[in-house]
Amino acid sequence: MTETKICGINFKNPVIAASGTFGFGREFSQAYDLSKLGGICTKGLTFNPRQGNKGIRCCETASGMINSVGLQNPGIQSFLDNDLAFMSSLNTVIIANLSGSSIQEYVQGAELLNSSNVDMIELNISCPNVKEGGMNFGIKTQSAAQVLGQVRKAVSKPLIVKLSPNAEDIVDMAVTCEKNGADGISLVNTFKAMAIDIYKRKPIFKNITAGLSGPCIKPIALRMVYEVSKAVNIPVIGMGGISCWQDAVEFIMAGACAVQIGTMNFIKPDICLDIINGIETFMIKNNFKSISEMKSII
Amino acid sequence: MPYEYLKSNIILNCKVSEDIFEMKVEFKSNTEPGQFFMLRKNDSPTFLSRPLSVYYADKETISFLYQVKGKGTQLFSLMNPGEKIDIMGPLGNSFSTAFCGKKTAVISGGIGIAPMVYLAQELLKRDNSVDFYCGFKGMPYCTDILDKKIKVFVSSQEGVAGHHGLITEIFNPSAYENVMTCGPVPMMKIVANMCKEKNIPCQVSMEQHMACGMGACLVCTCETEHGMKRVCKDGPVFDGKELIMND
Ligand SMILES: Cc1cc2nc3c(=O)[nH]c(=O)nc-3n(C[C@H](O)[C@H](O)[C@H](O)COP(=O)(O)OP(=O)(O)OC[C@H]3O[C@@H](n4cnc5c(N)ncnc54)[C@H](O)[C@@H]3O)c2cc1C
Ligand SMILES: Cc1cc2nc3c(=O)[nH]c(=O)nc-3n(C[C@H](O)[C@H](O)[C@H](O)COP(=O)(O)O)c2cc1C
Ligand code: FES
Repeated sequence: MTETKICGINFKNPVIAASGTFGFGREFSQAYDLSKLGGICTKGLTFNPRQGNKGIRCCETASGMINSVGLQNPGIQSFLDNDLAFMSSLNTVIIANLSGSSIQEYVQGAELLNSSNVDMIELNISCPNVKEGGMNFGIKTQSAAQVLGQVRKAVSKPLIVKLSPNAEDIVDMAVTCEKNGADGISLVNTFKAMAIDIYKRKPIFKNITAGLSGPCIKPIALRMVYEVSKAVNIPVIGMGGISCWQDAVEFIMAGACAVQIGTMNFIKPDICLDIINGIETFMIKNNFKSISEMKSII
Repeated sequence: MPYEYLKSNIILNCKVSEDIFEMKVEFKSNTEPGQFFMLRKNDSPTFLSRPLSVYYADKETISFLYQVKGKGTQLFSLMNPGEKIDIMGPLGNSFSTAFCGKKTAVISGGIGIAPMVYLAQELLKRDNSVDFYCGFKGMPYCTDILDKKIKVFVSSQEGVAGHHGLITEIFNPSAYENVMTCGPVPMMKIVANMCKEKNIPCQVSMEQHMACGMGACLVCTCETEHGMKRVCKDGPVFDGKELIMND
């Protein structure tokens, strides 16, 4: 009943663990059976390994957190050699989250991932935490179109583009991605935010700004998912602050065919199971026979 | 050993000293000194779980010693026996204590004493001789609960007990074969450097802001000679020689 098909791939249910909050699944596999998940997005991967940012990387806020990890990852070749076999054994859909600091690096990474057995690629043009390259591909439609155009040529697997809520106009951005070959859209990544240490009289983060996530962003993320879903004809995966099954149902009713759960995994490691069970019970009680019946009801 | 996540019953939660509390919860596990748990009050206005080290453990219970610093630890201090607290652990690596008959020094600063009491007792069980150095800002706490075989050296920056000044001023690594430390980074940096000069093994327990506590999110890293390492999973205990401590 909860199964859903996205870009030709079958998901057992519409609940996916969000990139950067779930590692490569190893740590959470101690908490519960990950085959119960609809899918898992890997930590953001780049062609070259990255050490990530120095200094404090995390700061709590009211109902959320700000992070400045800066895409620390072992590089795509290391992921393929050391982590993908484990993930593939989990019996759930594996989505590789691809990032880069130049178009060339994106394309090199895309080629490697396309020749692997990941099920889908999620193109991350929206990380607010990396400075190199001088460009944030997810803000202006022009730069997004450029990177997507090149990556599309290298990828025959389903390609989803993950949007930044910091985009100049999120609807324009989604439409541009659809036109330039995206098979699907996921949104939102973290909101550009900051925090100050008033005693040191300095920003908490070395980069000054960092990415806000968690329940505090949910209403805005929901609005964005709603607007984007109305504007494109490709599948939309919704996320941003989902903390319970009711939130997940809201995103689906607003137009998402699946949802991703990020920060809340830190608060309750098996939160995804609660959400999967909650959606199913809600559907039974309210006579929904499929996710698509519930999707875009608003 | 894998971690567990559950709602534990609070058995005891009492004031030990001015802003220091001890909380004992029901939890069956085998923990090692240096390991920690993530704790959270359900429906708490604070969002993330708080890491606390194991202060003492037996087969049925875990105890924590904590200082009230901000909102989260303040909320903990107001909880009552009989209430439930969300707890996940044991997490992280531990001090390596797989040696016996050695002269060891345990050095703590402030609330860094929490994991060191348990550590000192375990070292003693393995027939090591243990000298316990503990530095405080003001009044000392928990220095009287150690086994009498452990020699205790106390310092207070305010001069209210023991040596008037910093604990590192009365510590000489040359007298020891193994050194272990937990406390403020500037103190641990001095201890690690002293040991490095004399080529004495030094284990350092690091602290960092955490979110997942289990190694998945990479927000808790510290700098080492082998790149960025997760304090919650690759640590909290690191070899003093490989750590790059700024501050
Ligand atoms: C592995 C480990 C073991 C620890 N063991 C103990 C212990 O046994 N006893 C004890 O009293 N304290 C211990 N601490 C420190 C303790 O976690 C913090 O004092 C506590 O999280 C502060 O929370 P707060 O809400 O009171 O303070 P706030 O300043 O309001 O906290 C805001 C945020 O910053 C984080 N934070 C603030 N200070 C620290 C810190 N020093 N280390 C890590 N995160 C911090 C909090 O977790 C929270 O996310 C340990 C820390 C780590 C990393
Ligand atoms: C610690 C942390 C690391 C993240 N790393 C990535 C990443 O590598 N790639 C990515 O596309 N999104 C990353 N994100 C964003 C999340 O996948 C998600 O889009 C965002 O946090 C909003 O959802 P949430 O509120 O449910 O967490 C990260 C988020 C957090 C909190
Ligand atoms: S707190 Fe998440 S990796 Fe350490």
